[in-house]
Amino acid sequence: MQFVKGLVCRECGEAYDLAPIHVCELCFGPLEVAYDYAAIRANISREEIERGPQTVWRYRKLLPVGDEPIVDIQTGCTPLQRADNLARVLGLRNLYLKNDTVNPSFSFKDRPVTVAATRARAFGYDTIACASTGNLAASVAAHAARAGMRCVVFIPSDLETSKITNISVYDPTLVAIRGNYDDVNRLCAEIADRYGWAFVNINLRPYYAEGSKTLAFEVAEQLGWRAPDTVIVPTASGAMFTKIARGFEELAEVGLISPSVPKMGLAQAAGCAPIVQAHEANSMTIRPVKPSTIAKSLAIGNPADGYYCLKVIKATEGFAGSVTDEEIVDGMKLLARTEGIFAETAGGVSIGVLKKMADAGLLDPDETIVAYVTGNGLKTPEAVAPSLNAPITISASMSEFDTAFAEATAGRLRGAEVAV
Amino acid sequence: MAKRRVRLFFPPALITEPLVWSLGKHFDVVTNIRGGEIAGDSGWLYIELTGEDDELDRALQWTMDKGVRVDPVEGDIIAG
Repeated sequence: MQFVKGLVCRECGEAYDLAPIHVCELCFGPLEVAYDYAAIRANISREEIERGPQTVWRYRKLLPVGDEPIVDIQTGCTPLQRADNLARVLGLRNLYLKNDTVNPSFSFKDRPVTVAATRARAFGYDTIACASTGNLAASVAAHAARAGMRCVVFIPSDLETSKITNISVYDPTLVAIRGNYDDVNRLCAEIADRYGWAFVNINLRPYYAEGSKTLAFEVAEQLGWRAPDTVIVPTASGAMFTKIARGFEELAEVGLISPSVPKMGLAQAAGCAPIVQAHEANSMTIRPVKPSTIAKSLAIGNPADGYYCLKVIKATEGFAGSVTDEEIVDGMKLLARTEGIFAETAGGVSIGVLKKMADAGLLDPDETIVAYVTGNGLKTPEAVAPSLNAPITISASMSEFDTAFAEATAGRLRGAEVAV
Repeated sequence: MAKRRVRLFFPPALITEPLVWSLGKHFDVVTNIRGGEIAGDSGWLYIELTGEDDELDRALQWTMDKGVRVDPVEGDIIAG
């Protein structure tokens, strides 16, 4: 691999060869990929990237792969939508939405998984696996199908039917585990340890996490090769949050943008906000919490990268905020009715915290702000459905329609049913 | 012999308890502390336990019953 030096421990700096390992043997700190930035800088250009494929693989030199064939379901190059309608509501003037609801398996998870699946095959694995409550599982199963690899996915036994369908359609071996969240978590760790599989977010985590940097690369390119002033990122384990910050740093390091990392805004659901709580307590210790929120894709009570998120927030003079379930639903509806984007609950968290910060006057109205919207609303329709207006039902009569429509547009008949 | 790498999170009431010593005393496991921090009223440890599977299960269950949170060193593995 021309531009990758190996793996390095984030805590003690111990160096390792590229291998499917994720924890430092000395201090148990997390491993991450180390690059030769000088070599990349000498071999990369904006023009070359712009001529590349309309996928995350246009940034191949900044990802931990060599010449091996990639496992690709056409992920990335998702829209960066200027959000003037939403901006007006919030009193902002330069607001953008990174719309990752339109990735092939309908969430940002395709970004890390395309990298992890590629590395899994290069390492010689025939089986790719994960433990997930939704987005990651669907993405892993989709990539395994594309790559012709065996796939084993672990889910909690109480997962909703719609989510199971979103995973099982790709035909993985789907294992539903009975037990509470912590039991399932510990069992999956043991299985990962014992079976020789490529667990994308365990033994392949250093490679997997790198894929999320493309969320920064694309935003910078779409803004005309510059970093925004502020970003807001819905956060669970914290891997995406830290890698977005790293992505902007790397672009500057290899000379593609001028040195500037945005203020990093971290958004969590109030029912699972261990990082926000530590930030508010001015502590660097994450206290694990028991999640209780409708934002299931963010329900990680013991985030592996929580500590590193706190460091990023401090280093970038960023912020952290949380929103209640009610505010999450309001955020989903606000996003849909102003910008035409139907996001899952994590998107509601992002927009909810954006609104909270704007309402509190904590955002400069003129600065360039990017809110990340990371999953499709069709994954969690049950979260928002009960609070939506019911259709206006009429018989096949023009006069009935005239009356109903007049009343509806006057705001008197939203959701009422006309008797036949 | 099996190995388990776990993160123990100690609540305030257990900060002064010699729990790692007790683990090695009560169970046939080798305890090997690899990292950690005690900050104010709470603390955590990265620890590697070596022993037979059943004994490791019993040791970890005892630790949890004492009120210590036990997680894989990777943190939460089940992703969204």
